[in-house]
Parts: sequence; C-alpha cells; structure tokens
Amino acid sequence: MEFLSWIEITLRVLTQFAPVWVALIVTFIVSIKYKRKLGLYGKLFDSSIGMIGFAIVMFWVFTGTFAGLFDMIMTHDPLSQVSGMKNKVPGIPLRGAEDGDYAYYLLGGDNLARDVFSRMVAGSTIVIVIAPLATMFAFMVGITLGLPAGYFGGRLDIGLSFLANLILAFPVILLFYLLVTPEIRMTGLPQYMAVVLFSFPLIFSTVLINSRFYIVPQQRNLFLAVTLVILGMLYISLINEEGSKITLFNAIDMFDVDAGLLTVFVSVVFVNSPTVFRIVRGLAMDIKTRDYVAAAQTRGEGPWYIMLWEILPNARGPLIVDFCLRIGYTTILLGTLGFFGLGLAPEDPNWGATINEGRKLLSIYPHPALVPSIALLSLVLGLNLLADGLREESLKD
Amino acid sequence: MGLFILKRFGVMVMTALCLTFIVFFLTNLYPNLEKLAKSEGNFRMSDEEVASYLGNNGYLRPLPVKYGEWLGVWPGYVITGSDGKTRARCATIDIPVDQAPTFCGVLQGDWGFSNVFKDEVSSIVGTRLGLTGKLMFWVMVLMIPSALIVGVLAGMKEGSKLDRSLSSFAITTTATPEYVSGVILITVFASSAFGLKWFKGTATQAADAATFENFFLPVLTIALYGMGYIARMTRASMAEVMTAQYIRTARLKGVSFRNVVMKHALRNALIAPFTVIMLQFPWLLNGVVIVETLFNYKGVGWTLVAAAGNNDIELLLGISVVSVMVVLITQLISDIGYVYLNPRISVN
Amino acid sequence: MSKIEYDGPILEIDNLSISFFTRLREIPAVMDFSVTVQPGEAVGLVGESGCGKSTVALGVMQDLGVNGRIVGGSIKFKGRDLNTMDADELRAIRGNEIAMIYQEPMASLNPAMKIGKQLMEVPMIHEGISEEDAYKRALEVVEDVKLPDPERILKSYPHQLSGGQQQRIVIAMALMSKPALLILDEPTTALDVTVEAAVVELVKDLGKKYGTSMLFISHNLGLVLETCDRICVMYSGEAVETGSIEDVFDKMQHPYTQALFRSIPLPGADKNARPLIAIPGNFPLPHERPQGCNFGPRCDYFQDGLCNAGDIPMHAIEGDDRHNTRCLRFADIDWNAPIVTDKVFEKTEPGRVVLKMDNLKKYYEVAANALFGGSGATKVVKANETLSFEARESETLAIVGESGCGKSTFAKVLMGLETATEGAILLDGKNIESTAIENRDTQTVADVQMVFQNPFDTLNPSMTVGRQIIRALEIFKYGNSYAEREARMLELLDLVKLPRAFAERMPRQLSGGQKQRVGIARAFAGGARIVVADEPVSALDVSVQAAVTDLLMEIQRKEKTTLLFISHDLSIVRYLSDRVMVMYLGHVVELGTTDQVFAPPYHPYTEALLSAVPIADTSIEKEHIVLEGDIPSAMNPPTGCPFQTRCRWKSKVAGGLCDRDVPPVRVLADGHQIKCHLPDDELANMRPVIKVAAE
Repeated sequence: MEFLSWIEITLRVLTQFAPVWVALIVTFIVSIKYKRKLGLYGKLFDSSIGMIGFAIVMFWVFTGTFAGLFDMIMTHDPLSQVSGMKNKVPGIPLRGAEDGDYAYYLLGGDNLARDVFSRMVAGSTIVIVIAPLATMFAFMVGITLGLPAGYFGGRLDIGLSFLANLILAFPVILLFYLLVTPEIRMTGLPQYMAVVLFSFPLIFSTVLINSRFYIVPQQRNLFLAVTLVILGMLYISLINEEGSKITLFNAIDMFDVDAGLLTVFVSVVFVNSPTVFRIVRGLAMDIKTRDYVAAAQTRGEGPWYIMLWEILPNARGPLIVDFCLRIGYTTILLGTLGFFGLGLAPEDPNWGATINEGRKLLSIYPHPALVPSIALLSLVLGLNLLADGLREESLKD
Repeated sequence: MGLFILKRFGVMVMTALCLTFIVFFLTNLYPNLEKLAKSEGNFRMSDEEVASYLGNNGYLRPLPVKYGEWLGVWPGYVITGSDGKTRARCATIDIPVDQAPTFCGVLQGDWGFSNVFKDEVSSIVGTRLGLTGKLMFWVMVLMIPSALIVGVLAGMKEGSKLDRSLSSFAITTTATPEYVSGVILITVFASSAFGLKWFKGTATQAADAATFENFFLPVLTIALYGMGYIARMTRASMAEVMTAQYIRTARLKGVSFRNVVMKHALRNALIAPFTVIMLQFPWLLNGVVIVETLFNYKGVGWTLVAAAGNNDIELLLGISVVSVMVVLITQLISDIGYVYLNPRISVN
Repeated sequence: MSKIEYDGPILEIDNLSISFFTRLREIPAVMDFSVTVQPGEAVGLVGESGCGKSTVALGVMQDLGVNGRIVGGSIKFKGRDLNTMDADELRAIRGNEIAMIYQEPMASLNPAMKIGKQLMEVPMIHEGISEEDAYKRALEVVEDVKLPDPERILKSYPHQLSGGQQQRIVIAMALMSKPALLILDEPTTALDVTVEAAVVELVKDLGKKYGTSMLFISHNLGLVLETCDRICVMYSGEAVETGSIEDVFDKMQHPYTQALFRSIPLPGADKNARPLIAIPGNFPLPHERPQGCNFGPRCDYFQDGLCNAGDIPMHAIEGDDRHNTRCLRFADIDWNAPIVTDKVFEKTEPGRVVLKMDNLKKYYEVAANALFGGSGATKVVKANETLSFEARESETLAIVGESGCGKSTFAKVLMGLETATEGAILLDGKNIESTAIENRDTQTVADVQMVFQNPFDTLNPSMTVGRQIIRALEIFKYGNSYAEREARMLELLDLVKLPRAFAERMPRQLSGGQKQRVGIARAFAGGARIVVADEPVSALDVSVQAAVTDLLMEIQRKEKTTLLFISHDLSIVRYLSDRVMVMYLGHVVELGTTDQVFAPPYHPYTEALLSAVPIADTSIEKEHIVLEGDIPSAMNPPTGCPFQTRCRWKSKVAGGLCDRDVPPVRVLADGHQIKCHLPDDELANMRPVIKVAAE
C-alpha cells in the first residue's frame, strides 16, 4: 500500500472527526437560535472570540465524550502495539492489516509502535473529565473558605490567608514530587486529603440549603435529606477503597477510583484551591460593602445566608471567567504531572505522558510528541478564548 | 518602613519554617525511609532489618526532634545502635563521633549529604543554583521588557488592530505550557523534520559555555509562557488607566497622545504588573524544572527531578529550602516595591 | 502659542446632534441643540441624569470616545468650527482656550504625579514657557484658589489633599492658561454642602477676575441661580427652554420647566398644606422617545394630534431677551394659574415616645496606621458623642450633617449592627443598645428598619424583586405559607405604587426611583414602626425625588411610622420633618422643631449650613457665610468645641473658651437646644439667613 499524502491525511483525520462536527454544528445552530433566552451563555454568541473559544472547547468535549463512551473516532486501540510500526511517520499503511482494521496510522506510530492519532483522541477523555471536575472541587473549597475569610475578616482571615499563601509559595512541581509518589500513596495521605477536600461540597450544600430554608423546617429537611443522601453516597464511594487505608462503609461503596488517579485529582484540587480562595475572598470583601448586604444584615439574616445568597450570586461573573481559565490551568497541571511520569500508569494515553515519551527522540521523530502538544495547546487556548469572550460579554450592560 | 520590612520578614521566616517542616514531614514518611534504607543497604532487606537500620541512623525518633536537628537547633543524635556501633549525626569520615559538634544543621551550614551525587548538599545546591540563576537572568532579560512593551502597546488603544493581534499573541503564549512550547520549538528549530536546525535541542553544554545557539531555546521557552501572562496583565492595567478620568483630564489639557501615554499613563499602569512579575516566581520555577529536564540543563530543576526520582532526601530538602526562599524573597521585594511605586500608600 | 483675538460670542452651538453607536443601533444623545455663550457670560445647563448635558460638554471638547459622533450641526469657538479641526488644532485649544472641570476631583488628578507638575504642564505645553516661569505661575494660581501653603501643596500628591482642596487644584489647573471658556461638569456634586458653597464662591470670583466665560452643567437649579447669567433647560436630549435666569425662573414658558420647579422643595412648600407635585411617569430611554414632544406623555397640557404630530422647533418668546421654548402650546397655557392640588392633608399629631436615646456614645478603636497596622498604637475615634433625643410615633425627625458627622454610625448602632459604647437606646422602654442584631427578637428587628441611599445598590442584583420582598417576609415570620407571603408581597407592591407585574422583574430592569420604592416596600415588610431613611432620595433625580418623598410621607401617615430622616439637604428637611437634629463631628449641635432650627438664634454651624444650601428661588435673599477650610477628620478632632476651627462667631466668646471646653447643652426654648458657648445676647442678635424679598 501507498503512503498517504498530507492532503489525504488531513481529509481522513477530518472525516474521522465527523460525529464531532455534527454535534458542534447542532450545538451552534440551537444556541444561536435561542441566544436571547440563554443569559450569559447566549451572549457568548455575540462575541467572535468567545465563539471560537467555545467551538474549540466543545470540539474536545465531544471528542472526549464520543471516544470515551462509544469508542468512536479512534482508529486503533490506543494501547495495542503493532510490530513494525515503531516511530513511523504519519500516513503510513498498517503492516499486516486484517479486515476491519483501519488500514493506516494516520499520524504515525510512537516509540512503542502505537497509533499516535488514537492515543491523542483517547487522551482527551481523561482531560475533559478530570480538569473540570478538579476545578469544581477547587472552587467548592475556595468558595467555602474564601467567603467567610472575606466577609468576617479579622483573625479567621489572617489564619486562612496564611495557609493559602503557604501553599502558593510552594513550587508546584516540588509539591507534586512530594505528594504524587507511590510511597506517599502507601501512607494513605492522599486519601486523608481526599476525605477533607471532598467533604467541602457536602458542607457547602448543607450550609447553602440550611441558611435559606431554616425558616421553613419541613422544606429544609426534605432538601437536605435528598442532597445529603446523593452527595454522601458519592463521597463515600470516592474516598473508600478496598485494601487501602480507608475501608469503612464498604457496603455502600458504589465504585472505585484508581488510586493513582485519585492522588492526581487530590493534588490538583489542593494546588488550585488557594488561588480560588484568594479570588473569592477579594470579591467577598468588595461586595460586603454593598447596601443590599447591609439591608440583609438589618433584617437579621445570618452570616451564611448573606455570604451564599447575597454575595456569591453577585460574584458569579468573575468566578465563571476564572473557572474557564482555571480549567485550562488544570489541564496544564495534569499535563505537567504526565510529563514527569507522576500519578497515572505509564502506558496511559494522557497527553502529558505522551509528550514525555515522545520528547526523548524529539529531534529525529517529532510527531509522537508534537500531536498531543498541539492538542493540549488548542484546548487550553480554547478555554482562554472562551474566558475572554465571557469576560467581555459579562462586562457589557 | 523599617517596621514594615521587619514584619514582612517575620512572616517570611514563619512561612519558611512551616514549608520546610511540611517538606521534612513528607520526605520522612515511613515508606520513603524504607525505600531509603533499601537503597542504602540492599533491596532484599527484611522489615526487621529496615527497622534496625533506620533506628541505628536516628530516623525513627519523633519528627519534631529530627526537624530540630536538621535545622540545627536541637543537638544531633548520638546513638549506640543494635549492632553495637555508635553513630552521631554530626560525625563524618573525618570527624569521629566523640569529636563531633553538638549541633549540625542548616543553620550551621551543614545541609547534609547527597546519596545520589555523593557530595555535600550545600555544594551541589550552590553550583546548580548558579546555573539556574544564569538561566533565569536571561529569561528575565528577554521576558520583562518584551512583555511590558507588548502589554503597553496593546492596552494603549483598546480594541484597535494592534491590540487584537498583540492580545492574540499573548493569549496563545499563556495557553502554551513549557513542555508544549519546548516541544514545538525544538521540532521547528532544532529537529531534522523541518531541517532548520538553527538551534541545539539540548542545553547541556550551556552550563559551561552558553552560546546563543545552545541557550536561546530554553530561555525563550520559559520566557514565552510567563510573557503572555504579564503582557495580558499589563494590557488590562493599561487599558483601565487609559479610561481613567485623569487621562481624560490630561488629554483635554492638550497633552499629546504620546505624552499622555508616557508621562501620565505608564507609571500608573505599571504598578499592577510589577507585583505580578514578582509573584510569577513560583510559576517560573515550574518552568525552570520542565525546561531544564527537557533541554537537559543541569540546574536546580534538573537536580530536583533527579533527587526526587532517587529518593535523595537530604538533597530534596536542600532544594526545597532554596526554592521556597527564592519565592519568599521575591514576594518581599514585590511588597516593598509596591509601596515605593504607589504614592497613594504612605508608609507613615 | 498665542490666543486668537475675537470679539463675537465665545461659543456658538448650532443645531448640534450627537449620537452614540452600538452594535445594535444608533442612540441619539443630543438632538437639535443650540446655545450661545457671550464673552464673560456664565450659562447654566440644567437637566436630569441622561438628558445629554454632559454629552454637550464632551462634544464641545470633541472628546466623545470611539462610539460617539457628532451627526449634525456646528460648534463654533471664537468663530471657528471645532468639528472641522484636526487633532493638532484641537490640542492647541484644549487646556489653553477651553478648560474643563469635572465632578470627581480625586479621579481627575493623576495619582502618581505631583500636583505641581500637573499644573506646570499646562502653560509649558501651550505657551512653551520655562519650568521656572511655569512654577511661578502655578504658585500664583494656587494662591488665587485660596489654598494655604502653596509651596507644600505643589510638592504633594493628590491623595494627600482633602476633597475640597483637590477640587480647588482642578480649578487652578483649568485656569493655568487663562482660558476663554471654562466648562464645569457638576463640579461640586461630590463635595459636602459647606465645602460646595466655598468652591462655588471661588469659581464665581475667579470667573470675574479672569474674565472667563463659563458653561456650568448641573442638576441643581439653585446652584445655577447662584452662578449663572443665563440658563438652558434640557430634557431627554433636547434643550426645552433657554433664556436669562430671571425669565426662566420667574416667567417660564415650558411645561417641563414648570413641573421641575413644582417638584423641588422651595421655602414655603409644606408637606401638608402645599405638597410637592411629582412629575408623573418616567424619563424615556433614548431609544424609546415618543413621537413629537419628548415630554408629551408626562405633560399636563398634552394635546393629542398636536404635540405628538412631528418634530417641535424652538420658539422665541416675544419681548424677552433670547428666551426660547420648545413648546407648541406656550401661548395657550396660563402660566400664572394657581397650582391645583387635591392633596391637602391634616397635620398629624405626634403620638407617644417610641424611641429614646440617652447619652449614647460610640467610640471606635482604630489602628493609628491603617496599612501596616496590627500592633502599635491605636486611636479612639469618637463617632458619636452623648446623643440624647426622643422620637415619637408619626413623627419625622431629620438628622442633618455632612460627612464624618456620625449619622451613619448612629444608624448602625440603632439597627444593632454595632453596639453602643455607653448610654442607652430605649425602644418602647426596653434597652436595646447592647443587643446586637443577631440577639434581637424578630419583632424588634422588624420594628426598626432602614431605607438605603443608593438605589443602584440597595437591591440584590441577582434576585427578583418579589423574591427579595418575600425573603424579608419570611425572615420576619409573616404568614404561614408561601401563598400568604406572596399575597402580602403583592400588597406591599401596591403600597409603594408599583405594578404587581414587577414582582417577576430583576432589579436591573427598574429605574432608580422604582428600585427605591422596592427598598421601601422591603423595609415595611415586617410592619416597621421606626424607619431610618439614610438619604433615601439624594441619589435620585429631582422629579423622582418628589414622588419618593411623597410616598414615604403617605406610608407614614397610614402606618403611624416614626421616620428618622438622615440628610444633608436642608431644603427637603425643612419640607418634610417635624423636628431637626444637626450633627457635627459626632456631636448634636442643635436640636429643635423645624421652625426653631430654621429661625434664629442658630447654632453657628446651622447658620452656615443654611447659607450654603442653594435655593432655586429668585425671591430669596441669602446672607453669604462661607466657612473656611475643610471638615476636620473624626480621627483627629479639634480640642474644645468641635466647630471652633471654622466658626465665624468664635471671637465673640471671651477667654478662648471655644478652644478649651466642649460647650454644654443649652436649652433655649421648649424643645430647642444648642451646644454653643455664645452668650445669650449674641444669640439674640443673630439675623435670619434666608429672607423672602418683599415682592
């Protein structure tokens, strides 16, 4: 068989992404049609930068989803090695292809003779699951601690800010090297940190519901019960793992999380939280001087109601923008971890690890490292553009 | 002012103590020590052998005591071990146990001994720090002026074509972590794939003789990532200043646009980015580790990876102290500089 | 660069139209606007916010930003059209021939440049003079604006000066090149009344001294009366009436001008016998302007088919000096017809005492050094000093004072956001001074509520109006079900005269006045008996002020509420309050019924305050009392009498008593007390500040 030309490679790659294009087009048509009814999300479609960013981000979200859930888009199994395909250039025909096999390595083979294209696609799944989730947890922690620090000020603020600055003064990589090692995992430390960090969504929603509905106890109890049961089950499943340090409640442990993944997750949340804390604290200090906060105080609202229902909703603009930026930053952090071979299994197709493997032969065979590099770059760029678009639109009117 | 610096200094020392304690705690967790024992002894040691080795070498005492010893404020141990030999923390090959000083820790200048490099930690850290310092110096020389120029030019006329293109550049570089830009730069400028081969893909020789050819790519790689962030900060700050009422006052006084920017806007616009540049240091250190690994430049970052990968506890601690101190000192400078730059904050 | 000699009018604006362009549409901000400023003349530009008066000023400066553009007409300065000038020609005129002064003095000065440099820059650019000459000029001008110690001032940064001093520097900067035209855009709005009075006086004197023409932009008719020769009233982007001050004030020829005058509290207005008449309806948004007359939908004289037929030109009034009106029916209207009002109320008698303050004190401890504080010395700020008064049911007690007088601190202590340092607050005979709000029972909290100053800040922007009122009802434990509370919420909307459909709206969809009404509804949700209204109308436009004030009075009559009305605006205080308490630096300097406080004998501070308030009535004669200097900081109050540093009567007190001792409270008449050392005969000789001239 012939090698594919660059034009053919491009066309075939584009075809491979067909489901993603369909999904993207549908999303855009629907969103633009109803953009006036969709609030800030709708306004995004007024800004060209925001639309480009959103398109790139959604491209990867759809790619990750289709690849992760339905095994679509990928041409080969990202882990399987085919002899004779080691370090081969893009567009090479598959040696010994059988019926049903895709006949080419579209973007070549890596140093273990795996398909670079499929590994890149598979790598997107991990990113689009972990990065937003980890960012969300970091926001929960940052918000739950940042609001009282900013609102009450005083000693609480001094103490919490000191802690935040402590973590911020750590060079991130040093922290990762200390936290994300198999030895540390044996001590159970990441799990204990998970116990603390993952409890924040629970605390947050409990306080959120209680502060608003304590006046109407029946309603509150109902809401609280539903939330706590669902979140509680998730919480226990997350922190629990058979054969590890935390094995309580094994009966209701619904799923297991890979220990390496959990460690990565915990450390990323841990590193991100202090920055979120500082942002939320600053916003709270600003908004607490508003008259509507004083109005709430003078009618005798509790501090948590004021923080969560009067201050937080009005801080949402900057927080949404930062959320997008922070997902990008988390993506970079995940890549950094992969790059240093920390956390996930070495054969895992995450982008950072793939770049790390590819870099060793970079000056001779650049493609195995270049493909995931560009993938990561485009996703982070998309998130940055999206954040810029959101910021621009939220400042208008 | 003196009181202010003193106070900041106090907080800094507190932070440094807390951070080194955390590092000390993490590196001294039992599985790490076990690994240490096995790599020092042999990998087939039984659990009992590990325990006795650790006991003999003073690793099994309470953490605060060990930390105090390491710091040099607690007398170093003298232990007669299970094998009957007496060992002292402060004893070396040249100084026998009975002549060993009481204190030997960081404060006494004794940073310990690296198992991997077989050398004093202080001397390793010293040389490596010099190399990294050289790298950082050139990064700063390249990054700060270009970032400020890009930011000021973009923020001067918000929404103009110049702004759009410079902002796109800045946003792209912030979206490109060092391990990505490094890979792309090497591919384009140093690999046979494109055939440009303008620069070298490795900076190992730059440690002794840095040339434009072997040093530019690593410097550029670190500078690019930080540059975008500082440029965007500067742009935002500049754009905000340009809409301020006093800029309108200046304009309506008949000041020319050039002088509005140079005399009225610039100083006000640079206050925010200044603090950002200084607070960038923890991030830049990240970049340093990545780039030194990627380009095989044997500075502190490269050593950190080597030490962490080989469980070299003393060396890891030494590097942690240094990097934490670098971060804290830049924060201190940033605080003081802010006060000087901003006339609205009076110290008295 | 020399200045052009020209003896025609300084500024001629002809049929000027300015629009702003957004992505969606063109928004006309100023339409068909004409005005002429003769040499040495001061022209006032008056209108409510959004009427386009500031846009005219920026149009003259040719500084409309990227979105604004002049779409028609001409602006001639000394006969040359500014619209056709290039950037260099404009720059030669800006600062040199035309100078501008803005509202926010702090924001108009470069925070990172020394005052001297900012001043010297002007002549150095325009006249190319040397640095030494420029420095000498700066010294002269700073002396002209009556700032103490000019050399030190030139060496300082803007933040080291007080607000009043900063505004003087801005004025000095404008005068550095002796411009032919000075544009002042709300130059005193950010200042306290007594400081405002001094700045206005200064501007007037300097205008005469330098022979400068002025374009004075303001929302305050009284201020324009005091400073200008001619006036131009604007409404929704158009000039509706122009003419000399006397003509427009006394022989107005436009319904909007008339309505404006009827909605501001002039001396003689009375909340019961002669209530204010609010202008019905709302100011139209720029893209919702009606066909024909913009004021049509709100006008009493509106005639269908005439007023809404087409564009309305300006009509000259025969016999007056350049007096024009944009009204088609000005000749038909009987401008002297008496005001018809069906709203005359019985004066309500105050009931029993509900609130009693006894020797209330509130001291704060603050770090002496705010930025680097923590340890080190602390200072005591005496925010409230021995406050004693009573407030009765159905009574309006006004609390008057300028910034730093302690009125907000007092409100905080009363509300329970702070606890008192000493003394007692008795609510229905029950002590609440040391019960913080979280320890007060629901009834107490619901009884004492507050209406806030800034309408744009008083409502939570991300909650519907209905939801916010319902929340207040929930907190005050009103009703047993959501349905009950919802019904009550709708009743409250009725009470404040808002359509029930507003329950579903978000605050950003409401105008300032409507937001303030929601704030009032929220305060009354728990059936409040004592309402602290902290400058509730000062941020609103005059026509809306009347309506909101009216509403407060009406609810008060209905609910027998005790209203504590905090304000710095003595006109409105005189209009609606039964008793007045004047505060200065934490002290109550005078307390009495409205009549007692507004008539001599005054406390010297009250006297100055009365004189400082501009009154938009040509028949009023005022004695001019200009206070020296600024209000001292509460952090660092003067010894003895708090007012002694600015008091003009100080020399009449023997033995330097004012420097040494805080004056005791003296009862002058039944219920009238002042804190002053002045001997009785001096007090008795005080003359009234405000006199209605014999007609």
